[in-house]
Amino acid sequence: MINLKNVTFKWHKNDSSPTLNIKELVIEKGERIFLYGPSGSGKSTLLAILAGINTVTSGEVLILNKNLSTLSNTTRDAFRADHIGYIFQNFNLLPYLTPIENITLGCEFSKIRKQKILKQSSNKSAALQNEAIRLLNALGLTAQYHNKNVAELSIGEQQRVAAARAFIGSPELIIADEPTSALDTNNRESFIKLLFEQAKLSNSTLVFVSHDETLKPLFNRSIDLINLQEQV
Amino acid sequence: MIIAKLAYKSLLNRRASVLLTLFTIAISVMLLLSIERVRIDAKSSFSNTISGTDLIVGARTGDIQLLLSSVFRIGHTNNGVSWKSYEYITSQRGVKWSIPISLGDSHKGQAVLGTTLDYFSHYRFAKKQNLTFNKGRPFAAINEVVLGSEVANKLGYKLNDSIVISHGMGNTSFHHHDDNPLKVVGVLNPTGTPVDKTLHIPLAAIDLIHGGKASLVHEHEHEHEHEHEHEHDEHNNLVGHPKQITAFLMGFNSPLYTLQIRRNINQYKPEALLGIMPTVTLKELWEMLAIVEKILLLFSAVVVLISLLGMLTTLLANLSQRRRELAILRSVGARPWHLFTLISIESLLTTLLGCLVGSALYYLAIFSAGGYLQSHAGISVNITMLSYYELGLIGVIMAAGFIIGLIPATRAYFYSLSDGMSIKA
Repeated sequence: MINLKNVTFKWHKNDSSPTLNIKELVIEKGERIFLYGPSGSGKSTLLAILAGINTVTSGEVLILNKNLSTLSNTTRDAFRADHIGYIFQNFNLLPYLTPIENITLGCEFSKIRKQKILKQSSNKSAALQNEAIRLLNALGLTAQYHNKNVAELSIGEQQRVAAARAFIGSPELIIADEPTSALDTNNRESFIKLLFEQAKLSNSTLVFVSHDETLKPLFNRSIDLINLQEQV
Repeated sequence: MIIAKLAYKSLLNRRASVLLTLFTIAISVMLLLSIERVRIDAKSSFSNTISGTDLIVGARTGDIQLLLSSVFRIGHTNNGVSWKSYEYITSQRGVKWSIPISLGDSHKGQAVLGTTLDYFSHYRFAKKQNLTFNKGRPFAAINEVVLGSEVANKLGYKLNDSIVISHGMGNTSFHHHDDNPLKVVGVLNPTGTPVDKTLHIPLAAIDLIHGGKASLVHEHEHEHEHEHEHEHDEHNNLVGHPKQITAFLMGFNSPLYTLQIRRNINQYKPEALLGIMPTVTLKELWEMLAIVEKILLLFSAVVVLISLLGMLTTLLANLSQRRRELAILRSVGARPWHLFTLISIESLLTTLLGCLVGSALYYLAIFSAGGYLQSHAGISVNITMLSYYELGLIGVIMAAGFIIGLIPATRAYFYSLSDGMSIKA
């Protein structure tokens, strides 16, 4: 699923030491990984590399057996849209769209994800809508919020919309970047459990990033970024 | 499809600034169309003032001065043409018709023109249109007057009203002729030319106003006796003429005569006369005014340019505010060309709506200002469908708007994806 080998990353060519230096990282299909480390440990950088936003300075990044560094910018854009669902720390919802519209946006730019939904549905015209509604319900956002203004939703509600957008069209990899940082402990745990359910349903691998180690026991594997990084 | 939907929703979300931009464009479109319409109609109104007349003859002065005084009632000539010369010249071979005119008097600021019945049958304007009567008939007696449409409207005269002509121009003239009131017998249809602002009286009546006796005495004495007689007799009242007229208009059987007779007139020995061809002189006059025309055109172009620059400013300013929005779109899978298309569609949509609203405002403007222009500037504005020229102008604005929209669109294209990943809420 994910295979990193001898990866180094420097923000600028002239940086003396790399921000990231990983000898090996392997994540299998279907795993639910908890990736943690203190601020500045390179979490965001690693995510940017996994999502193909940034390319590594040296080494090999294989995602779904595709070497991201060899892909062109446009193919990487397409690859990301087709295979990776991303839950942002700040959710990144468009304020002028309803929750449903925000969610369907996740597969509007990917034929593969759209096709996956259409295949399963008998009602082709409303397939995307229905899938968005199903996801929202599954993630615990009741119908009364589905067509509200996004800006009127609470943080917890927005977070569910953001998660539903990442899951729509069942991408192979879900990356969650500290989506629970604004929630209290109880809500965090229930939200993460809902994420697990969806990941299982859609056969997705989940990489969950946080600096909060108390969440560690919920996951079947956890990776400490400090240990992962080779000290130079 | 999704891009169009996003463009629509996004515009709706920013409706305040979008509406402002839209109105800037709308107003500039309206201004451009209005200025162009007035410019074109002014030109055609101008050249439509007189038509079908081959030659205008008056005392020797400048070509343009003669045209201005005889056709536009602007300024006046000090000298006239003697009746003898008029009779001699118009009796030449090839002369189809002639209209003597005598100017220099006024009624409440409106020009008074002494002429013959030939005026109503031969004077033409615009596309060789004859004068037509809205009400009444041509004058048939020496104490009758035919009003231009605007004179009747402005001064509120109806048929059978009595009016008094004063000597000289302007309505402050001290020399009124209260003893010689004239009866309104006809009102002409609007022409969009100085004819509308003119009172037409029999040539014979001019000398009467001036207290001239001479050849008119005879008719004057008969006037009262014949007043209640039948039509065929009334015509006799128009017999008689002044010693001098201001100018006369001529039409020829063939254009060949025009140049020949004109040469003869300009070399006419007994009197210093000048013959001008109105179409040629009108053109000369318009060329003198061409600078005004060009300035008008320049103004409209600058107005459009400013509004488009305004749109560019708004678009660029919006773009930095929308960096996050665009970054989010990138982060959910939109490619750079999606953003490019999005911004282009938005600016195209704004320009399109601006042009539509502008055209509507333009029709509103000419509809409401048409009457004013007609009555105050003598420019007849036609309310018609947009001409190809006007559609072309709108097309140019649309194209310019689209091209200008490409600037922010290109910037959006190069917004990097890491923008979207790292921007904090």
